[in-house]
Amino acid sequence: GKNEYDLLIIGGGSGGLACAKEAAKFGRKVAVLDYVEPSPQGTKWGLGGTCVNVGCIPKKLMHQAALLGSAIKDAQHYGWNIAQPVHHTWSVMAQAVQNYVKSLNWGHRVQLQDKKVKYFNMKGSFSDPHTIRGLTKAGKETIVTAENIVIATGGRPKYPMHIAGALEYGITSDDLFWLKESPGKTLTPFVFNVSLECAGFLTGIGLETTVMMRSIPLRGFDQQMASLVTEHMESYGTKFLKRCFPTKVEKTESNRLQVTWKNTDLRTEITDSFDTVMWAVGRAPDTETLNLETVGVKTNSETGKIIVDASEATSVPHIYAVGDITEGRPELTPTAIAAGKLLAQRLFGQSSELMDYDNVPTTVFTPLEYGCVGLSEEAAVQCYGSDNIEVYHAYYKPLEFTVAERDAAQCYMKMVCLRERDQRILGLHFIGPNAGEVIQGFALGIKCGATYPQLMKTIGIHPTCAEEITKLHITKGSGLDATVTGC
Amino acid sequence: QEAAKYGKKVMVLDFVTPTPLGNSWGLGGTCVNVGCIPKKLMHQAALLGQALQDSRKFGWQFREEVKHNWMTMTESVQNYVGSLNWGYRVALREKNVTYENAYGEFVGPHTIKATNKRGVEKLYTAERFLIATGERPRYLGIPGDKEYCISSDDLFSLPYCPGKTLVVGASYVALECAGFLAGLGLDVTVMVRSILLRGFDQDIANKIGEYMEEHGINFIRQFVPIKIEKGTPGRLRVIAKSTKGNQIIEGEYNTVLLAIGRRCMTRKIGLDKVGVKINEKTGKIPVNDEEQTNVPYIYAVGDILQDKLELTPLAIQAGRLLVQRLYAGATSKCDYANVPTTVFTPLEYGACGYSEETAVEKFGEKNIEVYHSHFWPLEWTVPSRDNNKCYAKIICNIQDNERVIGFHILGPNAGEVTQGFAAAMKCGLTKEQLDSTIGIHPVCAE
Repeated sequence: GKNEYDLLIIGGGSGGLACAKEAAKFGRKVAVLDYVEPSPQGTKWGLGGTCVNVGCIPKKLMHQAALLGSAIKDAQHYGWNIAQPVHHTWSVMAQAVQNYVKSLNWGHRVQLQDKKVKYFNMKGSFSDPHTIRGLTKAGKETIVTAENIVIATGGRPKYPMHIAGALEYGITSDDLFWLKESPGKTLTPFVFNVSLECAGFLTGIGLETTVMMRSIPLRGFDQQMASLVTEHMESYGTKFLKRCFPTKVEKTESNRLQVTWKNTDLRTEITDSFDTVMWAVGRAPDTETLNLETVGVKTNSETGKIIVDASEATSVPHIYAVGDITEGRPELTPTAIAAGKLLAQRLFGQSSELMDYDNVPTTVFTPLEYGCVGLSEEAAVQCYGSDNIEVYHAYYKPLEFTVAERDAAQCYMKMVCLRERDQRILGLHFIGPNAGEVIQGFALGIKCGATYPQLMKTIGIHPTCAEEITKLHITKGSGLDATVTGC
Repeated sequence: QEAAKYGKKVMVLDFVTPTPLGNSWGLGGTCVNVGCIPKKLMHQAALLGQALQDSRKFGWQFREEVKHNWMTMTESVQNYVGSLNWGYRVALREKNVTYENAYGEFVGPHTIKATNKRGVEKLYTAERFLIATGERPRYLGIPGDKEYCISSDDLFSLPYCPGKTLVVGASYVALECAGFLAGLGLDVTVMVRSILLRGFDQDIANKIGEYMEEHGINFIRQFVPIKIEKGTPGRLRVIAKSTKGNQIIEGEYNTVLLAIGRRCMTRKIGLDKVGVKINEKTGKIPVNDEEQTNVPYIYAVGDILQDKLELTPLAIQAGRLLVQRLYAGATSKCDYANVPTTVFTPLEYGACGYSEETAVEKFGEKNIEVYHSHFWPLEWTVPSRDNNKCYAKIICNIQDNERVIGFHILGPNAGEVTQGFAAAMKCGLTKEQLDSTIGIHPVCAE
């Protein structure tokens, strides 16, 4: 018979909701299935996906809480008299953040309703290419059919299952933002941006925090910038255990966690106790219970992610995928949203515009933020050869740091350009306050094919940090001191 | 500094005529001493006051009563400014640029007389001259203005807290100063003759005023002071008249800050002796697109130029490029189009390109499209700050591929946000390209 819905989306996160709302604009019959499997520690949340509930949003808010801690210190230099002691209460912050997230869950429910998108709080799996079996928490089953199906189930944090005690005693970012009590002395092993960002704000609100890393931080990012970021974190108070990896986690009599780890260089074994161990060893695509094999949707054998083409189509006609679940795409909310919207426009709006995944800007919200767009220096060298690129760079000091007597040793920026005639900008990297705000506009410029001369013709806004980008003129190759001086 | 790089023999004459209240400062000009730098630092002090309030909602706890100490802030700011003065002295010395702390004026072709603080005169000759004397705050020309009022020239080093302050004017200087003074906890009133931020997008200017009013700053509109005199001990009495009729009002304040505009320092530097034409009404110097005055060996840059924006980075760029053309065979001219700027009012305003009204005037209402949006910065959610005040709009030229010809943003870190957009506009940004750029999440700029 006829399919019930024009479009069914499994997964109510950034990509799924954007696709649903866009499709509804074309008067289509749309349904969204969203279900959150509780974390091993029992944490669950409402509609909106990772970003809203256990990602970007709570992360940035807690990062802001930490930044405000620094602001309190700065304020005293600027003449504000604040009686000591100053201390931070986790539960006040957590409550406020959780309340805001819940308002977003509510907002999404209302939006779907307004746009006449049907919402099922059910876990979906394929029965056949046009049929989804939805299961509620209580086990009640509903069958839904659709002409087109979009998989947007995202990912969930992985656990290092080979480490004894990892699952029973550790938490992940899925749990951190929903903790009612302070995590206390925390260890975050391995180093994806999530763990650095979390370690950063935990340190900022006054908790003793340790990051453990086996090899390099922020893999995939420009490594010079990654080192500056971690250097700053070290001077900021986060402890780093480098070249180490944990071997087991046990519970002590006093209900703390005892972690044993090995140092690969010194070949020693060390133990210490913590209140919380937060794993950040990467995310696994949420495809296990989808029953993809039944319908033949192909996944990457290594990553488990769904393979899609440039139009977000899977190996099965009428089945698509967007967001973190897709192979080879950046795991970012804005790309998921854009991809979801464009997909809906192509399916129902006679558009043929494909998603452009090039030059997607991003920001790591560590205590000293790192924003970037385009190629890292090493990727540019690999792609074009070091003889064909020029790197302009500068160390600068934000004006606001002067009176606050803050160290700006890691405030740094660099621009990677092609050497050839037009000197097109391949990549821009910025470490400093408000890095995301700084980089966004330049990402637009790069989308327009910005060249070094065009940037140099742009007048700076004074006094800001961003203006230093328009003044970059010292090259790495020259070996000259790249510290900005004067007004 | 740029000219010295090319091995030229360079001299800089810098002299600060003290303010009516006797205030003066070191090398570096307006920006460093009594402009951008101390302004942004005091604005930051005010923002930090707000941050203290926000921080409680984010879980920080400290005693309820938090007070600001003007002297602590001003001393720190002045120390930093002093370090910049020193830095410039050292930089000039290292680059072999001769610096004289003396007042310069032309006395004949290729000749300048330099008079120092003690009145000692010296004559210097040069092949070329660059006039970059900038501006100073205007006074009202009413009884009591010079004896009792201060200007931005005095504010940033004021050796006492200004207390209850009346700011006269509606320029960005007036609003920025009123903004941070209120942010530091002072009772602030702004007296405005007619409109706010003349020359800026008026829709945005009004939003800025509204925000300031809602956050505790009093506005007295359509009045001008006609007399300033001593009031009750420690206070000044201001008598003002309505611009619309005969109504007279009186008020008492600890401090009256005049911010009614700036006038060019071009009338007493002997320009007539060498034939440099100036605009008699404004005092500004007209130059060609190579910053050359009507006298071929005399150039000018900065705030004194006619029809150019009064901004530090523009002056720097113009000066550098001029020198590169003169001595390094370069041909690049300063690009005065789409110069971005930011007003550091409590709600910051970043802009680049046309205001809505100038776009309508130039292109016609039917030929432009304005895209706009209110937004709520994520950092404002938890402390329940205004959810409908931050605003952004872009103005597109429909006939030119929907090219973005105007960019306006009202919100935190407006300068940081605007800079990149200005670069994109320099690259010919269109609406389509804007739409296809992915946002960074979660930030205001996205």
